[in-house]
Amino acid sequence: MLQIKDLHAGIEGKEILKGINLTIRPGEVHAIMGPNGSGKSTLASVLAGREDYEVTGGSVEFLGKDLLELAPEARAGEGLFLAFQYPVEIPGLSTINFMKTAVNEVRKYRGQEALDAAEFLKLMKEKMSLVNIDKNLLTRSLNEGFSGGEKKRNEVFQMAMLEPKLAILDETDSGLDIDAIRIAAAGVNAIRSKENATLVITHYQRLLDYIVPDFVHVLYNGRIVKSGGKELALELEETGYSFLKNEMNIA
Amino acid sequence: MNDGLSTIEQQITSDYKYGFTSDLEADQAPKGLNEDIIRFISGKKNEPEWMLEWRLKAYRHWLKMEVPEWANIKYPAIDFQDIIYYSAPKQTKKLNSLDEIDPELRRTFEKLGISLDEQKRLSGVAVDAVIDSVSVATTFREQLGELGIIFCSMSEAIQEHPELVKKYIGSVVPMTDNFYSALNSAVFTDGSFCYIPKGVRCPMELSTYFRINAQNTGQFERTLIVAEEGSYVSYLEGCTAPMRDENQLHAAVVELIAMDHAEIKYSTVQNWYPGDKEGKGGIYNFVTKRGICAGVHSKISWTQVETGSAVTWKYPSCILKGDHSVGEFYSVAVTNHHQQADTGTKMIHLGKNTRSRIVSKGISAGVSHNSYRGLVSVAKNATNARNFSQCDSLLLGDRCGAHTFPYIEVKNNTAQVEHEATTSKIGEDQIFYCNQRGIDTETAVALIVNGFAKEVMNQLPMEFAVEAQKLLAITLEGSVG
Repeated sequence: MLQIKDLHAGIEGKEILKGINLTIRPGEVHAIMGPNGSGKSTLASVLAGREDYEVTGGSVEFLGKDLLELAPEARAGEGLFLAFQYPVEIPGLSTINFMKTAVNEVRKYRGQEALDAAEFLKLMKEKMSLVNIDKNLLTRSLNEGFSGGEKKRNEVFQMAMLEPKLAILDETDSGLDIDAIRIAAAGVNAIRSKENATLVITHYQRLLDYIVPDFVHVLYNGRIVKSGGKELALELEETGYSFLKNEMNIA
Repeated sequence: MNDGLSTIEQQITSDYKYGFTSDLEADQAPKGLNEDIIRFISGKKNEPEWMLEWRLKAYRHWLKMEVPEWANIKYPAIDFQDIIYYSAPKQTKKLNSLDEIDPELRRTFEKLGISLDEQKRLSGVAVDAVIDSVSVATTFREQLGELGIIFCSMSEAIQEHPELVKKYIGSVVPMTDNFYSALNSAVFTDGSFCYIPKGVRCPMELSTYFRINAQNTGQFERTLIVAEEGSYVSYLEGCTAPMRDENQLHAAVVELIAMDHAEIKYSTVQNWYPGDKEGKGGIYNFVTKRGICAGVHSKISWTQVETGSAVTWKYPSCILKGDHSVGEFYSVAVTNHHQQADTGTKMIHLGKNTRSRIVSKGISAGVSHNSYRGLVSVAKNATNARNFSQCDSLLLGDRCGAHTFPYIEVKNNTAQVEHEATTSKIGEDQIFYCNQRGIDTETAVALIVNGFAKEVMNQLPMEFAVEAQKLLAITLEGSVG
């Protein structure tokens, strides 16, 4: 589904990703862990197509297409979703209206007919119960005055609405208490299927107690330095990231 | 309002869609302005002597006045002798029903999206349509008449209800008020007249469409609305004009009078041709709108969505004379390319316990300039006056300007006046967030701008809210990215 080969990217001339290789197949959950500044969020931004970042080398193939050639909205149309670490606020625009536009734009991209009001409402109700979100939240201005937990739950709801093939969760656990993490994770798990894949980016192991990964990769200084099964996350939790520094320095 | 969003994306790639001209035969006065022209206009309309005298008095006063230059707008001097002051689509006889309208005229309205028949049958909005200078059709008149409501063109009102016109015309905006209102008083050619009798709640939206069609003409319409004790009316006006390379002048006067416990809600969707991307052509829009809350507990509410015109100079105001009266002003002004808008309101608190609320949303893009200019005045005897003003500006890009000129004059120390202002830019983060959800940048801007303007858009009657949302999107297309 996703094939990243020797990806180099940076911002304002400073290289942050220094040769990333990663393959994700349908149905898989991958976790990328690493200390602050290792390039985790940069990877998410580059995959979503944020303009500030410059790709300087390598390739990314997504469902047979050159992802890096596509505009951000086309990537979304192809089925790539990014749950933002810091979701932005848009005053005066309700999540419902925002999602109605988004769902129909994505449908248009895929050559499907737009949903009418009744169909949209039906889809919305279904997804609301799936991710356990309250309607009041969706009628308010997008993310305006939302708590950290509400923002992240709203991201998960949007993900459910857009039914992505690949969902990237960028530090979805940051700033959340354990109950909020559990709720967000339950939403993510409810959406998982054999056809779609999830890439969880996190600093801490605790999110992975709830979204259990098939593969864990450790990102350090712009490279994946270690990959393994879910037990790698537990290992990291015990030893911390400091061992990496020692290992890398010796290497 | 929700359904407006899907239409935005259809509209986003279109240019000024009202830019067509219609091949209507017109009955015109020669270019220029003098007393003979005024006599010509008055004669064409078969006006009574007092009306002509009133016009001539206004004209003589106007000759002594100077073009106002205090506004934050720049434009070449207007040659008032190079304008045609009277142009009417030729009609051979007075119409008895809508079926008799010139087919070309009917097509014009269909292009504007106003089918007079449809309007009549379905939407329950009574429409008066004014092309160039003359009102061509008023719908629903009979049904309204049964309630005692008068809704007709100004010309007809002068003929059929001279006592009302004589009593109220110029009573809120005196002919000497300002340069453009004096000019309008001298040469106004038509407009709408509306009278709601005591205790009547007008059961439908009243609406006037203004359209400038003929070349080199100015449009000078005059609207007068009188709401008697305990009555209510909601009134809408919409305006469009063809695309022409030269500038055209629009100088209207609107007067509203609300008696005890009466309420007038006046909504405008202004979409005069704004000129092209280089700033060529477009309407000069110099409008004086003012309402008086003459009675106790009366209320006047202005809502405007200003997307058109090369230059806009407009300050719909409220004189809060009756005790406990309420004035409101809700405005969205959008400028793009070379457009300039200097708009706002005046809230004049004279009565006791009067309240006013101002919500102004300015959106600037391109190299345009958008100014809010507002006055809140509390007179010596206006005890317990309250005002709340909010002026928000949104900038798209870094070559446009937003300006706020709030004036506050308080002569009574029981007054409470609050003013809040913000200026923000559409963030790249906001746009990227929308992009990531599959929404392209143009649509994203439309969503963000409509969100910004929502508080004002919510004040519009439903059918106009959708239209207004589309207009915001069209006006701003190509302004980002």
